Amino acid sequence: MTIIDIAILVGMHVVGLAMLLSLWRLLRGPTAPDRILALDTLYISAIAQLIMFGMLLDTEVYFEAALIIAMLGFVGTVVLSKYVVRRDIVE
Amino acid sequence: MSTVFEIVVIFLLAVGCFFTLLGGVAMVKLSDFFRRVHGPAKASTLGVGCVLFASIIYHWVNGSGVHPREILITVFLFLTAPISAHLMSRAALSLMDDRPPHPDRTPDADEKVVDREDPAPPERQ
Repeated sequence: MTIIDIAILVGMHVVGLAMLLSLWRLLRGPTAPDRILALDTLYISAIAQLIMFGMLLDTEVYFEAALIIAMLGFVGTVVLSKYVVRRDIVE
Repeated sequence: MSTVFEIVVIFLLAVGCFFTLLGGVAMVKLSDFFRRVHGPAKASTLGVGCVLFASIIYHWVNGSGVHPREILITVFLFLTAPISAHLMSRAALSLMDDRPPHPDRTPDADEKVVDREDPAPPERQ
């Protein structure tokens, strides 16, 4: 195990801790926008986690997954915010 | 993998993980939604950008080539993060009960003076 693998492992633990913190806000959050914000942060942290997992395994399979998470996460955030503003799904 | 690239990759990973953790701490520690929204909108985006650049350098040096998909993820995240933060702020603003009055209306609380040329925008429901 090289030093770079150790760095990736430590980084994955740190990002996992960040995911746990935003998960706490997702479960706790007093209002709906807080939960949407926590979900958005969770998406972004999951992308970082996937990229680092791909670096650890030295494979490129996880790039597509990260790209799909990024796109669907953005669309989900937009739709949820529109729903909070208008009380209606996107027309 | 030479030592220089190892140092660069480890530095980028450290910076990226630090800023991602900062975004997570901001979600828990800050008191108000409008303070909390700064955490992911800025810190986490920078963190994921640093991690993606570390991954680009890592795969490039390890011999599997530069992947345009990674650059695509970076560009996409940097484009969409401000838009989603703006939309979430608008959603939170529409839920606020004690909204601050619109700046056009503050000197004229009773609405005795109506500026026909530049009327104040109507309050949203």
